[in-house]
Amino acid sequence: MTTRRSPWRTAVGLVLTAVMLFPVYWMVNVSLTATTDMRKDPPNLFPVNPTLVGYQAVLEQQLPFLATSLAVGLGTVLLTLAVAAPAGYALAKLRPRGEGVLSFVLLSSQMIPAIIMAMGFYAIYLKLGVLNTVAGLIVADSTIAVPFAVMVFTAFMQGIPDELVNAAKIDGASHLRTFWSVIMPVSRNAAVTVSLFAFLWAWSDFIFASSLDNGGDARPITLGIYAYIGNNNQQWNAIMATAVVASIPATVLLVLAQRYVAAGVTAGAVKD
Amino acid sequence: MSTTRTHPVARRADEVTTRPRMSPHVTRRSSRTRDRVTAAAFLTPLLAYLILFYAFPLFRNLDLSVRGYTVRNFVQGGAPFIGFDNYVKVFTSQTFVPALTHTAVFTFVSIAFQFTIGLALAVFFHSSFRLSATLRALFLVPWLLPLIVSASTWSWMLNSDSGVVNSLLHAVGVSPVNWLTDPNMALVSVLVANIWIGIPFNLVILYSGLQNIPNELYEAAALDGAGAWQTFWRVTFPLLRPVSAIVTLLGLVYTLKVFDIIWIMTRGGPAGSSTTLATWTYQLGFGSLLPNFGPAAAVGNILIALALLAGLAYIRLQRRQEA
Repeated sequence: MTTRRSPWRTAVGLVLTAVMLFPVYWMVNVSLTATTDMRKDPPNLFPVNPTLVGYQAVLEQQLPFLATSLAVGLGTVLLTLAVAAPAGYALAKLRPRGEGVLSFVLLSSQMIPAIIMAMGFYAIYLKLGVLNTVAGLIVADSTIAVPFAVMVFTAFMQGIPDELVNAAKIDGASHLRTFWSVIMPVSRNAAVTVSLFAFLWAWSDFIFASSLDNGGDARPITLGIYAYIGNNNQQWNAIMATAVVASIPATVLLVLAQRYVAAGVTAGAVKD
Repeated sequence: MSTTRTHPVARRADEVTTRPRMSPHVTRRSSRTRDRVTAAAFLTPLLAYLILFYAFPLFRNLDLSVRGYTVRNFVQGGAPFIGFDNYVKVFTSQTFVPALTHTAVFTFVSIAFQFTIGLALAVFFHSSFRLSATLRALFLVPWLLPLIVSASTWSWMLNSDSGVVNSLLHAVGVSPVNWLTDPNMALVSVLVANIWIGIPFNLVILYSGLQNIPNELYEAAALDGAGAWQTFWRVTFPLLRPVSAIVTLLGLVYTLKVFDIIWIMTRGGPAGSSTTLATWTYQLGFGSLLPNFGPAAAVGNILIALALLAGLAYIRLQRRQEA
């Protein structure tokens, strides 16, 4: 598209973005504010006396929570890929029975509020004794991503030419080998999109964490922040510093993988 | 995994046509049956997953809603079947009508603002200018942040005594507002935060919808002497209707289930003034010392019914647009 030189539009755009991102700026600003300045009226609009005590508190108190979140996020990515990629291949290339019903089920499953899934999982996990475990949280978190992932893989793999599959077949490759050595390498972009979102959703999850993993040692960072809010109303620099650290995956995602993000937002929502 | 980088299979694809073909009639039927079996094998993990981790929890939730649970028999089993008692309890509860009203208000006000602001921004960004791509990307940030991050940031910004919002209001001569502690303001506060979070999604989808409108139409409108306002209402808005319908219905599905923002900012309070069906379910099931799993599951199933209604409308619309 041609870019017109229109300085006033750029100026308006900058102002709008600044307004939109003000809460994000404010989070960073508060995270650098000294505890004594926290209740100042009016508050400092800029970090005039920046301090790192908030971040020091993160290092001292939140590292285990961050480690749990990392483990839960990676586990969710693996489980999601393992379930969704083969299903996407079957739906895109093998024309299975009941295809229509299955895609209907996948679409509807995305409509189910997580809070209801959490109730069902709680009852089951209590009986199985897997409340407050990383594995239990991974399974629950993956339910947010799996239907989306199947749809992304299906849409992407439909675009892979049939000749590629047929050629592998004629060369004597088994279906499993075709899937693993031909389809998966070509579908890297879909796998990256799915992994990024599965990780981000698991990392950000609060509902499943607070209902299924609220007691043990292995609690994720979202509960770390939540416990902070409940406990010490004064230490908002530590709360906001944790919030800043918890936002790092989203930021990395936006900087490194912007095209995948846009693809993910529009996937399944708008047809071409 | 394949280690070669120049897709050897792709190269071999052209050879396929030059090879002598096998008799198609003999192989077709048996290979189709085999394909069916293979397809089923590749789908097995997903089917097992859906049954174990979707159908089973949902069934468990239904089961919870028709039994009389106490803390003791919840753990030990043997809760009696009580039919629709939990539902009756929920429908006759004093919380039901307010929770339903708050859910409706929260959903419709959220969608109205998210859509209007998202559309205005999409139109603004559509005529590209220097930095427009970068700024548009930055608008995604609120949508990507963990909800607990956004919710706790808004909580502090809206704090009555030390929040920056009241401080800005003070600067222009408005007296401080008890955003989160005044029952008349709590729902407004969570609405503001939720609208902020939902704008990026609307912006991205509507922007991609705008890009599908052919440029000639705008040129024709310009030739006919249409102003910007007229062009928007006569060209952009009508042609954007399919995408608008989709984004609105998806918004409906998403907003009905919003829980995190409200719970973290107000816990549905004060005095239930920002309780929605979603926070009420959680409040009943997990939010108190004595859990009420039966009624909690009943409220949850009412919420599912609402969400599925919205979802079915969305699926029907999408199918019709594809046809």
